[in-house]
Formats: sequence, C-alpha cells, structure tokens
Amino acid sequence: MKKLSKQTISGFINYGIIIAFFLLFQILAATGNLGSSLKGQLIPICSYIIMALSLNLVVGISGELSLGHAGFMSVGAFTGVVVANSLSDHISNGIIRLLFALVIGAFVAGIAGIVIGIPVLRLRGDYLAIVTLAFGEIIKNVLNCLYVGIDSRGLHFSLKDEPSLHLEPGGRTILSGPMGALGITKLSTFFVGIVLILLVLFYIQNLVKSRPGRAIAAIRDNRIAAEACGIPVTKYKLMAFVTSAAMAGSAGALYALNFSTVVPKKFDFNTSILVLVFVVLGGIGNLRGSIIAAAVLTVLPELLREFQDYRMLAYAIVLILVMLITNNEKAMFIINNRLKSVFKKLRKERA
Amino acid sequence: MLSYLINGISLGSVYAIIALGYTMVYGIAKMLNFAHGDVIMIGGYMAFCSTSYLGWPVIPSVLFSIIVCTMLGIVIERLAYKPLRDASSLAVLITAIGVSYFLQNAALLIWSSNPKAFPNMVDLPNLVIGDIQISSVAIVTIIACIVIMTGLTLFTTRTRLGKAMRAVSEDKGAAQLMGINVNATISMTFAIGSGLAAIAGVLLCSAYPTLMPTTGAMPGIKAFTAAVFGGIGSIPGAMLGGILLGIIEIFAKAYISTQLSDAVVFAVLIIVLIVKPTGLLGKKMAEKV
Repeated sequence: MKKLSKQTISGFINYGIIIAFFLLFQILAATGNLGSSLKGQLIPICSYIIMALSLNLVVGISGELSLGHAGFMSVGAFTGVVVANSLSDHISNGIIRLLFALVIGAFVAGIAGIVIGIPVLRLRGDYLAIVTLAFGEIIKNVLNCLYVGIDSRGLHFSLKDEPSLHLEPGGRTILSGPMGALGITKLSTFFVGIVLILLVLFYIQNLVKSRPGRAIAAIRDNRIAAEACGIPVTKYKLMAFVTSAAMAGSAGALYALNFSTVVPKKFDFNTSILVLVFVVLGGIGNLRGSIIAAAVLTVLPELLREFQDYRMLAYAIVLILVMLITNNEKAMFIINNRLKSVFKKLRKERA
Repeated sequence: MLSYLINGISLGSVYAIIALGYTMVYGIAKMLNFAHGDVIMIGGYMAFCSTSYLGWPVIPSVLFSIIVCTMLGIVIERLAYKPLRDASSLAVLITAIGVSYFLQNAALLIWSSNPKAFPNMVDLPNLVIGDIQISSVAIVTIIACIVIMTGLTLFTTRTRLGKAMRAVSEDKGAAQLMGINVNATISMTFAIGSGLAAIAGVLLCSAYPTLMPTTGAMPGIKAFTAAVFGGIGSIPGAMLGGILLGIIEIFAKAYISTQLSDAVVFAVLIIVLIVKPTGLLGKKMAEKV
C-alpha cells in the first residue's frame, strides 16, 4: 500500500471529527440526553462551521482579510428562502427543495462574489478589508429594502414597498424588506448540514493540494515572486474568493431554512466578525481549528448561561485572554511544557 | 439645500473627530482599534451620568467624560494591546473586537439596554439666517471640529511630543534609537484618541439624543470608513474623509432614500478606493521587492 502523506491523514482526521460529531449527537438525541437549547443549535453550528471553513479559504489560504463574509451568507440565505418558497407549489419533497435552495443559494452568492471580487481584489491589506466591509453593509442595506413576491406570473421584485410588487390576488410575499422572510418552512436537517460540511471540507482540502491551491498559497506568501513565476494572480485570488462566497451562500441557505423567520439585520458586520473570530481563534489556515472554534464558540454562550447577564461579558473576556495567551511566547512555553509533562506521565502510567 | 449642507458638515465633523482617533492609532500602532466606537459610547454615558444623576453643569461633565475616556484608552492599551505589540495584526484585530464586546456588554450591564434620553448639552438658541434655521448643536460641532483640527496639527508639527509621535509612526526602530520612549508615545496616542472619542460621543449624542450600549458601533464603522476614505494614517485625510462622508450621507438621505443612504455612502467609498487605492490624501507606498 502506498504510504499516505501527513496532509492526507490530517484530512481524514478532519472527516472523522465531523462524522464523530454527527454520531455523538445522534446518540445523544436517541437516548434523550440532548437539551432542547442545544438541539436548536445543531444546524446553526453546521452553518457556522461552513462559514468558518469558507472564510479560512480567503483569510488563511489566500491571505486576504475579508470583513464582509456575512454578506454572502445573507445573499445565500434569502436566495435559498425564495427558491424553497417558490418551488413549494411544484416539488413537495422537502429534501429536494432544500438541495435546490442550497445549490442556487451558493450559485447566486458566487455571482455576488464575482461582482465584488473583481474590484476588491485590486486593493491590498486594510483597504481591501474595508471594501469587503463596505460591500457587506451594502448587501445588508439593499436586502433590507428588498421586497419579493410570487404569483401565477412568476417572481416580482421591488425596492420600495409591498404594494409596488403588484401581486395578483392569491400571490404571496416572500421577502418583505426589513421584516425579512416570514413563515419559512423549516427544511434544513442536521444530516444535510453534516453532508454539506463534509463536501466543503473535501473541496478545500483537495484544493489546497492541487495546482491552483499551491498557486493561491504562493500568491499569499509572496505576490511579487508568484507573479514573476507566471502565476495569474487575479485569476487565482478571484477563484478562492468566489469559491468561498459560494460556500458561504450555501451556509446561509442552510441557516435560513432552519428558522421560521430571518431578518436581513441578522447578517451584519457583527456576524462577519464572529466568523472571523472563529477563523483566527482556530488558527489561520488551520481547517480543523476553524471547525472546533466554530462549534465551541457557538455553544459557549449557551454553556455560560449560568452566568446569565454576565455571559457575553465572560465571552469577551475569554476571547481577549485566549488571544493574549496564544500570542505570548512565555505563556505558550509554560503551557506546552505542562502538556508535555502530563502526556509523559500518562505514557509512563500506561507502560 | 444649504441647511442639508450644514447638517452634512456637522455630522461629518463628528465622523471626522472619531476618524482622527482611528487614524492616529493606525498610524502609530498599525492596528485597527475596533473598540474606538465603544469608547465614544462610554464617553456619551459618562456625560449623561454626570449631568443627569449628579446634576453637574455642562463644562465639568464634558471634562469628566474626556478624563474617564482618556484613562480608559490608556488602560485598554496597557492591558489588551501592549502585550501583543509584536503579534500578527489579525491577532490584535481580534483582541480589539474582544475589547469592543467587553465595553458594550459592560455598558449593557451597568446602564441596561433601554435607550437613555441624552440631555441637551448645547443650550443655545438656534441661528436663523433668512428663512433657514441652523441648530446650535451643528454650529458647536463644527467649531469644535475646527478647534480640534487646528490644535492637533499644531501639536503634531510644533511640539516635541507631537514630533515624537510622527517619528514613531514613520519608523519605530529608528525613533527608539533617537531616544524616543516608544511605549509612552503609543500610550499618549491612545489617550488623545480616546479623549477625542469622548468629545465625539458628547457631540453625537447631542445631535441624536438616544444613548444605548450600541450607540457607538455604527458611527464607529462609518468613521473608520471615513479614515480610510481620506487615506488612513493621515490627519488632514481623516478630517476631509469625515466631512465628505457626512455630507454624502445627509444628501443621500434627502434625495435618494433614507433606507439606502448607508449603501450610497459605502458605494462612494468603494468607487474612491478603486480609483485611488490609498484614499484621498493617503501616501503612496513604494513597493519593495
């Protein structure tokens, strides 16, 4: 048998973690040990994991700071809702509708990624970051005024108000501006969420190993050198950006179809930052770290519930402390030594 | 038309004062201080508490707010940013976000999420010229902005401390070799920036008198945009960016759509950055290979 590379093994461990996570919660749910608050968090955890993975593709692998990732999630979410709602007359099977919603959500978010990526990727560093922030805010603002309705003639769009949709009697509004999407049929399932994570993970892990992936990493490490080697910089940067946007779109569709109402304000700057926090805390460029950080930090506010009012304060302090400790060589040295001695002890005991 | 212009300049002046804090800190510490918007909010609450609960007159309470925010800025810098001086800029960014969450939630615990009605700090009659009326808050804001701008320009070009500040922002290592206390200079920059944030907080809340723990967030983001708009790291750039942003916002609100005004502001920013990628007054960086 051919010896597997370290990277491949690490990839399989990641799949293993996701599947183990799925089985664990299936067993917990089957034995009735799963609290209702945690149960409601399962699909959001899945979509945040996908968000973190996709943002890691931009921030970690392509090396560009994006502060507007929630914008793509938002595009995917509302596209998904519109698709799922408008197909409800033709397709009765929920899973198929969900798949359509996920695919079209990802597609439209990908198009948004192309539109935004072309101007954005001309800029560098903090300027690039601020423009992604600006685009995120623009998407939020536009969706906040967007009205979509459906009747027998098809879909109607308006940026003004509900009456200007001119719906036939019997038509229904799907999106109503700042109120967002109301009365969504819950289609998302935990299983689909896990499958989606595995697909995204599979794609990114293989991308990193492929020729385009190496080109993207080369651009991150030294743009000028990469350019001198004949790597088309804009093409590969755009590729990473658009792929990431499409993934965020599918995460958004998954997220929105888990709730009965979703408002555009949900996907604001704070959500972008939240996902960025997952990526940075998990370790930039480290996919497993992103998965774990997204899962733990989504559940953390729930776990801190006993602190009640203090929980978001505690969350902030945890965040600051983790950043201070992981960036402090002395502290890391001490922790590493402690861990090493603990492992040594364990090994000795086993022997 | 003229009254829109004046409202725009007045709102822009507030953005400009906030943007100065961002730009100075960015210039010297090369970090985006996301907690800056929340320092504004704390400044607003301090002024609110000292006037409404303690019954202080306007000037002492504004001074009180400035002092508290200055101290707060120094403490934040010492505890959260100083240990990360050599860390990656993303790590510092996330820490700043942590500080921002912390301030917002601390304010939420202390003052609850109910909006507070901010007392009128500028108790002067409105100025009436012909048939247009200019609110006194707008005039005070614009004057404050001009005073701060002149003061800061004089400070950075004429005084030793100001020169030290510019030296540190240009080259930290060389500045240290010239005998400049880099840490003290960075602390001082945070102190000035936070003090300005307190003034901005009072002015902002006088113009839009509702005070909530999230009051500072949106103006913070917009001022940050303004700083980038004008070219981050440049003091006149922050001023110009802030004022232009304020004018664009008010005109977009008046002539295009209230709901889409933010989208218009950000769209203008994007266009400017695409045409001139380092902002209006930003320095062009030579690329070294």
